[in-house]
Amino acid sequence: MSQTTAPDAAGGRVTMLDTPIHLDYAFTAGQAQSRFLKGLSEGRFLGQRCPRCGKVYVPPRGSCPTDGVPTTDEVELGNTGTVTTYCVVNVPFQGQAIEIPYICAQVLLDGANLAFMGLIQEVPTDQVRMGMRVEAVWVPPEELGPSMASVRYFRPTGEPDAEYDTYKEYL
Amino acid sequence: MSPDSGGRRPVAVVSFAQSSQVRRQDHRNDVEMLMPVVEEVFSRIGVTKNDMGFVCSGSSDYLVGTPFSFVSALDAVGAWPPMRESHVEMDGAWALYEAWTMLVAGDADTALVYSFGRSSPGQLAKILTLQLDPYYLAPLWPDPTALAALQARALLDAGLAGEEDFAEVAARSRRQAMANPHAQLAFNRSVEELMKDDYVVAPLRRHTLPPITDGAAAVVLAAGARARDLCERPAWITGIDHRIETHALGARDLTDSPSTRLAAEGAALGNPPDVQVAELHAPYAHQELILRRALGLAPQVEVSPSGGALAANALMVAGLIRIGEAARRIMDGSASRALAHATSGPCLQQNLVCAMADSATGGER
Repeated sequence: MSQTTAPDAAGGRVTMLDTPIHLDYAFTAGQAQSRFLKGLSEGRFLGQRCPRCGKVYVPPRGSCPTDGVPTTDEVELGNTGTVTTYCVVNVPFQGQAIEIPYICAQVLLDGANLAFMGLIQEVPTDQVRMGMRVEAVWVPPEELGPSMASVRYFRPTGEPDAEYDTYKEYL
Repeated sequence: MSPDSGGRRPVAVVSFAQSSQVRRQDHRNDVEMLMPVVEEVFSRIGVTKNDMGFVCSGSSDYLVGTPFSFVSALDAVGAWPPMRESHVEMDGAWALYEAWTMLVAGDADTALVYSFGRSSPGQLAKILTLQLDPYYLAPLWPDPTALAALQARALLDAGLAGEEDFAEVAARSRRQAMANPHAQLAFNRSVEELMKDDYVVAPLRRHTLPPITDGAAAVVLAAGARARDLCERPAWITGIDHRIETHALGARDLTDSPSTRLAAEGAALGNPPDVQVAELHAPYAHQELILRRALGLAPQVEVSPSGGALAANALMVAGLIRIGEAARRIMDGSASRALAHATSGPCLQQNLVCAMADSATGGER
């Protein structure tokens, strides 16, 4: 499993040691995230509400990180939301799947209290803005699966921008 | 040795809870496994997270392969408003040690200690190899059972034990575990029957190995008057210490545990220790024999009545459970003095000893 490099010229001493390490894991999504992922494979966003503070988390993790209690009430959210903040990606990197420049944004779904990351497309990069109203564009039904890849991207709805006060807590 | 807290501010275990210890917790993530345990450890004494002056956890990201899993685990407690919190990449018994120092120093009156560990998602034998010396030992990938077998062989060669002695420890532990509702592995089989098991790595037969376990546990510590308010019979910590031996397995006498002996001295335990119950963290059956000898335990001491690590061995959790189980015996009045032991590393490399007593026996003096 390991190998040594050639001894150095000076005195036949070992100067370097490679020890390749590879570990495999089975990921446990848990009950809440499993519900969320199943929702994605049906083209739906499923979140959970904290019974104490009322906040809605999507993706849900099964607990309210503020109150430390289980989030048991499931909430289905709509397809529309607000860009809270964003960046334009101009830097190429290995394995890049999308042509640069592109927009990576935090999207706060209507009724949610947690923003998540999404691509914004069908809009020139210099026109995206905080507060922009967007909607999810899903892959065709036959391609839906339990993964965020089920959401191709978000695109502008053309509605007037959201007021800053409605998303200032989620930057 | 004095049974009191040595002039220090008295600190006690006042609540303990644990999850079911199971082979595979694959429908709940770490947070979902931990949350009911934290809820239970609080509800037993009628407190909430807002009553805790300090929070300390023990876990290892290597087990589930998730960087900073200990940060997301805080979702099980709810870290708002901001709290004083710490984490050790070790068994929760060492998290308890850190919390104990905070309370003794007077920096807090109460502390939540929790730990969680799922050994099932990863390749446990490979993961544990990564704790070895990275130059000479880890590249050989000796798995933990192989190393434990070297230790067991050394015991046999030294004439300190026979294979039947290993089987006796295993038979007794699994029989005692039948009364433990949280145990993963419990059965009633005779030594004669167990001796028919095949070797996994000679001289270790199947029954001498710990199970692979997923689980979580939590303890609440409190100091002085606060402990008496929260608990009718607090399990006062009269001494606690931990010591470590060299990384180099070849430089150790694997048949002995000098670090356990030193930790027991540091915990102000006499030799033999004046206790009725000893919860020992001995993942492999033969290790209980080494620990008994190092501690000088008298034959009448009840050893690991929960079944010990042979009944359930959630990594990062099993040591904290030993403290919780020993404390539970004092809190329920069935013992007045107890000791708990936790271990870490290959072949009992690092050891922690915690001595506890009830109020009447002088734990709080």
